[in-house]
Order: sequence, then C-alpha cells, then structure tokens
Amino acid sequence: MALQDICRQPHTPAFPLSRKWNDPISLALDGGDTNTVLGRGGFATLPFYMPLTANTGFKKPPLRPRTPHPAPPNQIPKRAAVAVPFELAHGTTTLSFKFQGGVIAAADTRSSCAGYVECPTAEKVIPIHSHLVGTTSGTSADCMLWKRILSRECRLYQLRNKVPLTVKGTAKLLSAALSPFKGTELCVAATLCGWDRTGPSLHYVYSDGTRLEGQLFSVGSGSPYAYSVLDREYRFDMSVPEAYALARNAVYHATHRDAYSGGCVDLYHVTECGWRKIGRDNLLPVYYEKKGGGEVRGF
Amino acid sequence: MEYLIGIQGQDFVLVAADTIAANSIIQMKHDHDKMFKLSEKILMLCVGEAGDTVQFAEYIQKNVQLYKMRNGYELSPAAAANFTRKNLADYLRSRTPYHVNLLLAGYDEQAGPALYYMDYMSALAKAPFAAHGYGAFLTLSILDRYYKPDLTRDEAVELLKMCLEELKQRFILSLPSFNVRLIDKDGIKDLEKLPITA
Repeated sequence: MALQDICRQPHTPAFPLSRKWNDPISLALDGGDTNTVLGRGGFATLPFYMPLTANTGFKKPPLRPRTPHPAPPNQIPKRAAVAVPFELAHGTTTLSFKFQGGVIAAADTRSSCAGYVECPTAEKVIPIHSHLVGTTSGTSADCMLWKRILSRECRLYQLRNKVPLTVKGTAKLLSAALSPFKGTELCVAATLCGWDRTGPSLHYVYSDGTRLEGQLFSVGSGSPYAYSVLDREYRFDMSVPEAYALARNAVYHATHRDAYSGGCVDLYHVTECGWRKIGRDNLLPVYYEKKGGGEVRGF
Repeated sequence: MEYLIGIQGQDFVLVAADTIAANSIIQMKHDHDKMFKLSEKILMLCVGEAGDTVQFAEYIQKNVQLYKMRNGYELSPAAAANFTRKNLADYLRSRTPYHVNLLLAGYDEQAGPALYYMDYMSALAKAPFAAHGYGAFLTLSILDRYYKPDLTRDEAVELLKMCLEELKQRFILSLPSFNVRLIDKDGIKDLEKLPITA
C-alpha cells in the first residue's frame, strides 16, 4: 500500500489477523482470546503498526523555540454570550484501570439531559486508534468531537513523524488542544487507555487542564460510587475474568445509586494487540437477579 | 487543600509537598509529584488551579533549560526566581492569568542556599522558611518559634516532622503522605517519604 510505503511499514500484517469481517466468531463472556483484534466489522478502525521494539532508527524532530502561553483564539469571552438552548448532557459513570493483563475501560450507556434520559444506549467508550480507547465524561457532544479530532491528530503525527504517539503524548496533545477553551462551558473529562511502546498506559485529561497518569481512574457523576467498589477489590495482579467482573460490578453499583447513570455497561480491554470490545450487558436484570439472591455470571 | 513547605539551613534547603491530586471531593491520585526540577540545583514547588500549575511550571522549566542550552551555563536560583516572577506578573493583568502559588528552592555555588516564596499575585520574597496552603496557617508559627539559621539537616527534618504532626492533629483534611527533597551543593536528593509507613 502506498501509505505503508511512506511510513516504511512492513507489508506483512502486524496483527495475527487472518479473519474476514464476516467470519462468524464467538466471543466468550469471560476470558476471551486476546490474540485476535476485533472492532466494528472485525477490523480495528484505524490499524496502526505498533513496533514492538522501541528503536525505529528515525531522527528526533528538531527543537522548536517555545512561545508563551497563547491567548485563546477569536477572543472567546470568559462567559458564554449566548445561553445554551438546553442543558448539555453531563451525568455518567466511566472507569478504567491498568492491571497485569492490560488496560480495562468500562462505562454506562445512559446519556442524560436536564432530567431526561436522552439516549439509553449511548457509546461512552470511543476508540481512537487500534491501540487506544478513550472514555468520555462531561458533555457528550464535546467529548465525541474532541475524540474525533484526537484520532485525526494522532494519525497526522504518525504520518509526519513515522512513530506513533505514546498515550502520554496523546494526553498532552488533547490537553493542549483543550486549553484555549479553559473557562468556557466546554467540559471534557476523558481517560485515555492504551498500549504503546512503553506498555499499558492510562491518562486522565480534564478540560480545566488537569492531566494525570495513574493506575485507576473513575470519572463522572457516578464515580464516587464506582471508586468505593473498585478500591475495595482492585489488585494489579488480578486475572482477566476477575478484572472484567470488577469493572462491571463497579459500574453496576454506580448506576444503582446515581440517577444520571444507567442502562448497560460497555466493557473494553486493551492489550498489546489492540483494543477489543468485550460486550455490552444490560444492568436492569442484574439488579433483580441480585435482589433475588442469585449469582449473576460475569458480575 | 494542598500544602507546600520549605526550610533553609546553612548550606541546604529542605522542601516538602503533599502528594494528593484531588478533584472536588475525590482523591484522584495519591502519589502526585508537585515538584518540578528546573535545573540540577533548583526545584520549583507549584500548587494552585488545576491545569495552570503544570502548564506554568513546565513553561518555566523548559525555558530555564533553554537558557542553559543557549548560553552554556545554568540560571542561578535568584535569576530563575525573578524570571518566574516576571512571567507571572506579565500574565497577571491579561485575560488568562495563572493562579499558582510557588516555592522556589535552590543552591548557588557563590550565594549559597536560597528559598523564594511567590504567590499568585506574583509577589516574590526570599525567606528562611515558607509555606503555602491552609496548612501554612497552622505551621508558620511553629517555624517562627523553633527555626534557627544554623539548622543541621537532621534538625531541619525534625522541624518538618513537627509541622506535619501538627497538620495531622489539627487540620481537618487528611494529607497522608508528603514528598521530601533536600537541595545542597551535591544537587537534589530524595529523602524518605513522610509520614514513615511501617
């Protein structure tokens, strides 16, 4: 492929993928096969080649002199001049953590707006490229837009510099892109969960400028409830099924207590081979099962 | 919520900062480092508004390093402090002021150790000891009472422990751990994290 030649990528496929998009594949609920990479339609949305060795032999980019913190473009006033026509969606529960088997990202699917459930089946975990997913919290429209912009910028960086951006770099890029809007109504609280040449990586980025690296983050109105469940049971050396169960449980408990979280729980797992959506589980029957004293598989 | 403290001795400066990164009522990170290394013998401790702290601190950090690259020698702590103050002052009356409170600690071959206190209004003062945050209200008088200009390293650490004990006793917010560093003629050294965990 022409693009592969520009980027000096080998012609052999990077992932051990030999399946076509319509191959019937069964996804086990727990465990699962971490050797195959599946996205919508069977391929990761933006297949990037992740060199497993750090040394690519390319020259470092030249040092550019820094300019002072620029003023926001177009003189955006501190307060919005126009009132928003309706309240933007804010409530959510998202969580992500690193463990021995990679990075887990989970989120509920309720998109709320001024007391209504605007969409019960929203997608709050958005893939950015083959090895990076982002959980979104805050205003859903803002998050979706900025994630798409981030996908574009990651791709451009890789084409220009021939090395993929690390997750830390992606977080800094997002933070820098959002900084002119500090003090406005823009609200993006994202965790970037990915695997890069330094291994599994998890960064939290907030539109007020906060950028943190960590092992475990939960963001959104339901995050305190999720944190409490996560903190009780999280260990770095959990097995993969334990990690899936913990993530689902934490979101479940948060959706029970928080009015602005609910619906289903989306679960994503990021490994060396890329991200994979483990599944979407409806939480309503889980509540009734547990209330009836039953055990729920996967929770 | 956040707390910074610095104590200058005869030939060293001892600094400590808490390690909590919080967002409203939640502690998002327990091992957050609030100290930024400007050069081999200068440390800047930075607290304040989320985002502004890291943005401003990294800007100063990179510019100090750029100075060294261009001119071949490092800025002295006094020069770095005044440079930082100038930048903070320049942005103060703009539409995007940085709301950050800083402690700048360094060791100069000629001038010896130095500790500078700077606040978000870009007031700069060289001081023998200083603190930022709500915790400062509780600990400044301890420093006033027990500080001596010829403190040894061990005595300074004991004084620091006294301050942290007071915070543990009287401050309503829990600050469970602190990063402690010492700067002297040999550079920046990490000391044991306080409080000492078993």
